[in-house]
Amino acid sequence: MKSSVIVFPGSNCDRDIADALVKMQFKNQMVWHKETNLPKSDLIVIPGGFSYGDYLRSGAIAGKSLIIDEVIRAANAGCLVLGICNGFQILTETGLLQGTLLRNKHLKFINKDINIKVMNNKTKFTSKYKINQILKINIAHNEGNYFTNSKHLEEIKKENLIAFQYCDEKGNINNDSNPNGSMENIAGIFNSKKNILGMMPHPERMIDKLISNTDGVNLFSSLLN
Amino acid sequence: MKFSVTVILKKDVLDPQGKVVQNTLMNLGMDNLKSIRQGKFFEIEIDEKNQDIAQQKVDEMCKKLLVNLIIEEYKISKI
Repeated sequence: MKSSVIVFPGSNCDRDIADALVKMQFKNQMVWHKETNLPKSDLIVIPGGFSYGDYLRSGAIAGKSLIIDEVIRAANAGCLVLGICNGFQILTETGLLQGTLLRNKHLKFINKDINIKVMNNKTKFTSKYKINQILKINIAHNEGNYFTNSKHLEEIKKENLIAFQYCDEKGNINNDSNPNGSMENIAGIFNSKKNILGMMPHPERMIDKLISNTDGVNLFSSLLN
Repeated sequence: MKFSVTVILKKDVLDPQGKVVQNTLMNLGMDNLKSIRQGKFFEIEIDEKNQDIAQQKVDEMCKKLLVNLIIEEYKISKI
């Protein structure tokens, strides 16, 4: 399976995701944001980081970069697209995913391992997880507070487009288990065709027991399936 | 021709920064302070003599990049 990782000035999780993809047997290429041709890919990853120093709004400048037109074209043709952290913010700025990510409710940058629950395992990104499985995954962000209009919120609930919700160790989804103020504790969403996933937690940081855990592995093995 | 653009979060969007600034000012004794919303300000110069055309251009800039219409609203003024 071929993957492309898009790199912007200020991306800082691009090497981590590339290592994870190669470890999981993807044939990966790095693609600089000034490129106008995207290599043939089954999966496009927009990595975490602080593209353009978060100038204007997180992801706003990267969302208008040259390569993005190609990403939009590929996504609309059905290519799988994964946006992690800043990648999620960029996907909302391009319009590929609806809603936006506001500043964390308590105005703090949060870097810690939190729990999320798998809300839909009937997708190409999550098929190897069990439904309602609780994962421990790292988050590291300042703007992860998912916000959308009430019509879209109803739609994603009805259409089962919420990928992950923040929860506690026992799986309770409530205010206490919501680290950043996200609506409905949303940690990740799909587009309506479910070929695009945006998520704030970092699965690429959870692929090796030596440094963390392996709760992120199944996201990549689902994609290979 | 010069324009100013102010961008501010819509009323129903939580503005935690504005809230913190407000609380701090109240701690400084500004008792009659009712509310503060924090926003952004752009000063834009356009090489165009026709005001309508220039203003349209600024509006396009707002819609394409400067403003996230999901959460923000904006106001353009000539300066």
